Amino acid sequence: MKWDEFFVTGDPLIYGADVSIGLTVIGILFYLTYFKKWQWLWTEWLTTVDHKKLGIMYIASAVLMLFRGGVDALLMRVQLATPDSKFLDSQHYNEIFTTHGTIMIIFMAMPFLIGLINVVIPLQIGARDVAFPYLNAVSFWTFFIGAMLFNVSFVIGGSPSAGWTSYMPLAGNELSPGPGQNYYLLGLQIAGIGTLLTGINFLVTILKMRAPGMTLFRMPVFTWSALITMIIIVFAFPILTVALALMTFDRLFGAHFFTLQGAGMDMLWANLFWLWGHPEVYIVVLPAFGMFSEIISTFSRKTIFGYKAMIWAMIIIAGYSFMVWVHHFFTMGSGELVNSVFSITTMIIGIPTGIKIFNWLFTMYKGKISFTTPMLWSLGFIVNFVIGGVTGVMLAMAAADYQYHNTYFLVAHFHYVLIAGTVFACFAGLIFWFPKMFGYKLNERIGKWVFWVFNIGFNVCFIPQFILGLDGMPRRVYTYSAASGWGNLNMLSTVGGFLMGVAFLILVYNFYFSFRYSERENTGDSWGLGRTLEWSTTSAVPPHYNFAITPTVKSFDPLIQMKRDNVDLKPKIKDIKKIHMPDNSGVPFFMSAFFFIAGFGLVFEWFWMGIVGLIGVFITLIIRSFDPNEGYYVSEEEIKETERLTV
Amino acid sequence: MFKRFKPFFALGLLLSVFFLGGCSNYIVLDPKGPVAAQQKDLILYSIGFMALICVVVYVLFTVIVIKYRDRKNDDNYEPDQHGSKKLEIIWTVIPILIIIALAIPTVKTIYDVEKVPVSASGQKKEPLVINATAVNWKWIFSYPEQGIETVNYINIPKDRPVQFRLTSADSMSSFWVPELGGQKYAMAGMETKLYLQADHTGTFSGRNSNFNGEGFAHQIFDVHSVTQSEFDKWAKDTKSKAPKLSKKQYDQLMIQGEAKKMTFSSTHLKWVDHAKEADYAVKTRERLGEVPQNPHGSKQKDANKPESDTHGESHSH
Amino acid sequence: MAHAEVHDHNTPLEYQSETGRLNILGFWIFLGAEIALFSTLFATYLVLMFRTADGPTPHELFELKGVLIETFLLLTSSFTCGIAIHEMRRRNRKGLFTWMIITLALGAGFLGYEIYEFVTYVHEGAALGTSAFWSGFFVIVGTHGLHVTMGIAWITLILIQVARRGLTPQTSAKVFISSLYWHFLDVVWIFIFTAVYLTGMVLHNG
Repeated sequence: MKWDEFFVTGDPLIYGADVSIGLTVIGILFYLTYFKKWQWLWTEWLTTVDHKKLGIMYIASAVLMLFRGGVDALLMRVQLATPDSKFLDSQHYNEIFTTHGTIMIIFMAMPFLIGLINVVIPLQIGARDVAFPYLNAVSFWTFFIGAMLFNVSFVIGGSPSAGWTSYMPLAGNELSPGPGQNYYLLGLQIAGIGTLLTGINFLVTILKMRAPGMTLFRMPVFTWSALITMIIIVFAFPILTVALALMTFDRLFGAHFFTLQGAGMDMLWANLFWLWGHPEVYIVVLPAFGMFSEIISTFSRKTIFGYKAMIWAMIIIAGYSFMVWVHHFFTMGSGELVNSVFSITTMIIGIPTGIKIFNWLFTMYKGKISFTTPMLWSLGFIVNFVIGGVTGVMLAMAAADYQYHNTYFLVAHFHYVLIAGTVFACFAGLIFWFPKMFGYKLNERIGKWVFWVFNIGFNVCFIPQFILGLDGMPRRVYTYSAASGWGNLNMLSTVGGFLMGVAFLILVYNFYFSFRYSERENTGDSWGLGRTLEWSTTSAVPPHYNFAITPTVKSFDPLIQMKRDNVDLKPKIKDIKKIHMPDNSGVPFFMSAFFFIAGFGLVFEWFWMGIVGLIGVFITLIIRSFDPNEGYYVSEEEIKETERLTV
Repeated sequence: MFKRFKPFFALGLLLSVFFLGGCSNYIVLDPKGPVAAQQKDLILYSIGFMALICVVVYVLFTVIVIKYRDRKNDDNYEPDQHGSKKLEIIWTVIPILIIIALAIPTVKTIYDVEKVPVSASGQKKEPLVINATAVNWKWIFSYPEQGIETVNYINIPKDRPVQFRLTSADSMSSFWVPELGGQKYAMAGMETKLYLQADHTGTFSGRNSNFNGEGFAHQIFDVHSVTQSEFDKWAKDTKSKAPKLSKKQYDQLMIQGEAKKMTFSSTHLKWVDHAKEADYAVKTRERLGEVPQNPHGSKQKDANKPESDTHGESHSH
Repeated sequence: MAHAEVHDHNTPLEYQSETGRLNILGFWIFLGAEIALFSTLFATYLVLMFRTADGPTPHELFELKGVLIETFLLLTSSFTCGIAIHEMRRRNRKGLFTWMIITLALGAGFLGYEIYEFVTYVHEGAALGTSAFWSGFFVIVGTHGLHVTMGIAWITLILIQVARRGLTPQTSAKVFISSLYWHFLDVVWIFIFTAVYLTGMVLHNG
């Protein structure tokens, strides 16, 4: 292998990226060394098993990935703004839309939501941590290193360019030679391990670690949504694991699962991919529903309308998510009967979703709505998500889908679902629980600017794409002719895209501004309207053990009940007992480093390196198994001091 | 207060203008044949329902958000109201009814578009058969009855159904002529069938709409709809005047690349049926020394450049 | 982390610690994920059943005798593993060790036969890259074999821990979990025996 094959060469954009990555790394190293932060970084963050810190690291990585995926999106929009544009060549454009899709789904949306789930769920159910704190750290680090492995592709070796769906035989050795596609396979495989472990971890946490009195039907809607999501993860992710492994065998070891030769079957990949891929859509949208439920209820000062219907709607959606995958390829010629059946199952999903929309509306009915930024994002969600929902039903009608499929109509639809659903939820949830994580709120005035600029940009970007789709513009084309007449709408769409980019920059500025100037919170109930246990902690940012005394739950919306009963949330000295907590561990960090070595080796088919990495992974597993990991106790004195209790 | 929600109103207005106003300008909604017309009808029918749903939700939304915003001296506030059987039944039953109303015509159309289309005059005609084969990044069309073959364009008689037998020599592709009807995949080792018909004469553009790599954006073809007599004349002239397709020429077409329009007086069907021999193109490329190139291995790519340009007329960049 | 230790002697040792209970539940859920994983592999195998291309058919190569020996070894090992857990609950460390080591030996025997079988097939012209069918065969049977290998290594490590620390709620939970895993592999093998070998032979014969 030559150097110019190892490093991606020949494109000024890539050189620019090389330089900026180099400078950023040097900057971070300098900062850590100059301010003597290495020790702090290691003990407070890299070895932590605290669910709140892991959650924050998930969210920080997700915001970084949002930036990366967003830059990809804007590059695409620049290329498409004018007909016959020469800004990007075909190969480069194909790589960018592939990484945009993959990163946004796997390395942005999911970790963002899993991050918020990490921070909030143990607090919401009154637990000290998750069931398996160490495993939680493994989850984070495998996700993180998977994301890094995938991202490194654009400067070393070249990015995958077969689309985030990576249909075979296109993604095979014959039509996509080189390491690019291997990055996709191994990056997702490693990150997938983390996701599966998260699924198991939170299932056990929610089933077994709830505070006394919190029965299943007293759980907050967000906790319910997390529980259901984790069940989907546990059953859907193994399918992805297998699908990726089979394609890896095809590419690296000459197997014939999906290839043109050896009687392989390309349609099998499409089926396996979407058997995971469709549930994946609900994995990223159900927690969003949960968060909106919390926020809408909180800022309408009303309990959620139709609680049980909301829960059952989510359960039905989860069940159906495994029964609709064929609608991603109605055009594969599966026949009239199959298409009819899957048309109908898909449309049926609209019913529970519709029920949820009306329940949200009627949660606000006869309420007292305050228009905080989290609430604005939730209201924006309702308005925009309806468009995503109804166009989804339109796409479900197979005979009509023959005309929408592979067009910008579809692109617009899923962005209305995934941005208005997932991304709005990520923003809303981040702002809502921000004081829980950092002890101060994000500035509301700047936050409203972010909301309006983003919202307008979003609609300006994607409404034209519905029309472009109906005008026959296929997705994933890197250019189009002037004669097609698609130029003006594309230009409009690009303008909208950049407005979203501006909104992101304002959001980043808000992080800085609020860090400098925001008032520090001094109660646990930062918004003053909290309904669930996470707002019942005594300080704004809960201590590492979360609750000095495990709360007892008497009803749904437990904090509202406590407020009505005038319960004093301050713990009594006599009730304080020492608390058992798990030890920090550096093993997950090293394990992920070995995963990186293994993955990187396999990407370039340097099998010796893959084997070295895997041996390293096994060694870390053995070290962990032999570690008695007994944890430690937080002393009563320390708790009293943290809780500022005096005799 | 009203001012704050202005964008939402504007959005609704925008939507209705786009969807209901400008229908006839967008090619999917401007069909030139019975299949596309059926699909257009279904689309417009569904847009009607969807617009209704949007209106209901947006009106409710607006009223609730304005009426129940946080005000002083509020006597509406009922914090304990947490459900209503009656309301919940209403908004479960209505969506079910809507789904039924959409499902029936959907299923009917799904079955209809798989049948031989009937022309506006109501008469049934024997369909013309065309084998369409996708190869990265071109379309090869064979007329088995006429014994002729074209690349990147077809002539079809108007008012007569055409049965396309779709297959692919390599990538999964999708055959789509939006003005004539919806798309269907063309896959190696498989044959799928698609019926289309043109009610008018004219030229319609078709393409592969399923992403398949570098030349994807340019994998387009023209469909010329002509009268039956013009078609017959063209077929006859082609059979007698166009050059024969040699196996060597055909194998050159198997190499990845874009191609010009071409016409031949014989078909490739006697050598290979890609629906049965999925690896023909891959093996041919191997035989011709066309090894797959890593797009980022710049040195090797340059070294091979002049060679790949010698593929002659089958290649035009 | 609440550490409610239960000291009721009717509770099995492995359920006596909170972590033990959580780990066991977590592992059951993990097995659920494993079922999804193997189901996907089975579906893949069945879809590719007749795609032998130019390669040999399973009917030509599959030999019932070897497969029956493998099945016998693995089923017996599942039984001895059950006895080992029974001995553990009686707090009989020696019994646990004896039966577990027999289990591992049977597992190793199974693996030996499987490797021999694979080598034979390769010699007879059926490898991973021969055809879609053989890709499916080697990957599903190989994945199971890999699981057995990991199981042997894992149980060995746990036995070392029991030898060092004795039978505590922590170590016995580990032994119990590894036994769940072993029984699970046995169940998967029964499906492989039926869906891969028997179906492969019968359908290709017809």
